[in-house]
Amino acid sequence: MSLDFEKDVAEIESRIEEFKAKNPEPTGTLVKELNRLEMERAGKLKEIYASLTPWQTVQVARHPERPLIRDFIGGLCSEFIELHGDRLFGDDQGMIGGFATIDNHRVMLIGHQKGKDLDEKIKCNFGQACPEGYRKALRLMKLAEKFHIPVVTFIDTPGAFPGRDAEERGQAEAIARNLLEMAALKTPVIAVVTGEGGSGGAIGIGVGDIVLMLSNAVYSVISPEGCASILWRDGTKAAEAANALKITAKSLLQLKIIDEIIPEPVGGAHRDFATTMKTTKKVLLKHLSSLEKVSSRKLTSRRFEKFAAMGRFK
Amino acid sequence: MAWFHKSKEIAAKPESPKKEDIWIQCPSCKAHIYKDEWEKNLKVCDRCCFHERLTWKERVDVLLDEGSFVELNAKVSWNDPLKFSDSKGPYAEKAVENCEKTGMKESVATGAGKINGIKVAIAIMDFRFMGGSLASGTGEKILQTAMYAVKHKLPYIILSASGGARMHEGIISLMQMPKTCAALAQLREANLPYISIMTDPTTGGVSASFAMVGDIHIAEPRSLIGFAGRRVIEETIKQKLPEDFQTAEYLVDHGFVDMIVHRKDMKDMLSKILKYAGCR
Repeated sequence: MSLDFEKDVAEIESRIEEFKAKNPEPTGTLVKELNRLEMERAGKLKEIYASLTPWQTVQVARHPERPLIRDFIGGLCSEFIELHGDRLFGDDQGMIGGFATIDNHRVMLIGHQKGKDLDEKIKCNFGQACPEGYRKALRLMKLAEKFHIPVVTFIDTPGAFPGRDAEERGQAEAIARNLLEMAALKTPVIAVVTGEGGSGGAIGIGVGDIVLMLSNAVYSVISPEGCASILWRDGTKAAEAANALKITAKSLLQLKIIDEIIPEPVGGAHRDFATTMKTTKKVLLKHLSSLEKVSSRKLTSRRFEKFAAMGRFK
Repeated sequence: MAWFHKSKEIAAKPESPKKEDIWIQCPSCKAHIYKDEWEKNLKVCDRCCFHERLTWKERVDVLLDEGSFVELNAKVSWNDPLKFSDSKGPYAEKAVENCEKTGMKESVATGAGKINGIKVAIAIMDFRFMGGSLASGTGEKILQTAMYAVKHKLPYIILSASGGARMHEGIISLMQMPKTCAALAQLREANLPYISIMTDPTTGGVSASFAMVGDIHIAEPRSLIGFAGRRVIEETIKQKLPEDFQTAEYLVDHGFVDMIVHRKDMKDMLSKILKYAGCR
């Protein structure tokens, strides 16, 4: 699936397909022609992705083929032992987690699950976790603290689920509790925004010693559509709102909200899973190795100072 | 015609003060209430128990011993880290207007005071300042006051009145949620009591951060308390929500608020609880 601002690339791609259909086994000048087309495609893609607007970045972050948590687990971990349930109410598929091994590091891996096909998406509530999801995440984080293993969270959610049941079971309390407990957690926490960092639903597992972000991910206090419909009184002004809200990885690095950007391959993570996994793993391992050396007392005091400094001016 | 209008104007001129000076109408049940009575009743309707939103200064008068309040962090003000502008113009202009309207620099006032002789650190949100929204200055004041409480070994009381995080400061506003909770974690570490008082409204990023992690949760009657807005939920689940959805009473029924306390009883209830927490 190509996005509307990628139509030049789609056009070249259809020419390539056409060419391949006409010349199933190209030789000589035909190979040259095919190479030229491939180069043209790569050049165009690079050009488009070098200057994505914030609103276009939102489209990439929400791309239906973008790698999801199960892809990251498969691509980064040699082992994953899933753990289920919050021990209070149920097992939210919108938030999954368990023991994971990344190279020689044993970690507790937790993250939002959006789901691949429609059946799975419905089961996961499209990545909108309920209170039991946040409470499961907290249970696993406390377990990680007990076992002295780092926590790695993967953030990819439009937001926490805005439903009647979620309210009745304390959506606000569940997120608030996580914020307080994560601030005090005596084990390293690395948070990675892989796709959509949707407001309270994102920060509910996002209080990290290190916060990383894929280069085409977004992270915002409200969706651009939501902001546009409130402040512009017009939901179609989402592009303007996306601009004003400063939601891209580059802006967030400048604002010191995130610590490092994980670069995606040209054309976005969805075009090349293997490279995305390789880069993500490299960055993760670097931070895991350095955080594992820090004492838990120092970790929590540094984490406090880090978040206390956010939005402190002069 | 001019003379006729003029004479009518003169004729209509009331001898006595205007009606509105003597009574007001309850915004909820529409009952007429003498203004003196309304003020004496702390802006609570004695028929339907509607609690009008109060300014932070009115809250100080209701809750703290006379003359005991000392303001802290008064210099901390709103910020415009994103240089934000929307269809109605720059955020900076809107913020200045709100400062002029309220005499505040941010949506919360913080300080120390006494409740029936017990010294407390206190943060009072004021809905008049941009809907009591949580932004960088708000979070900073709430954090600084928590640190003051830790330093002086005081209990901490926060009165929330907020529609949630302020969009105009974008992600910086969102980060005030973990920031304030991190400060409250310090308070917990020091074993100091934290009482969260939820007033109308306590929603969004405020309910999903400091307001919901109190040792004790107290709400004013009928306050709106919740995470997502009613309209958003109705659109999501394609169902009408019950009338009492997200009211203080509803939250007590679902186990998220300890008690509902009438405004006139709030001060005494606070001092009773603080004594159980060993404060004096």
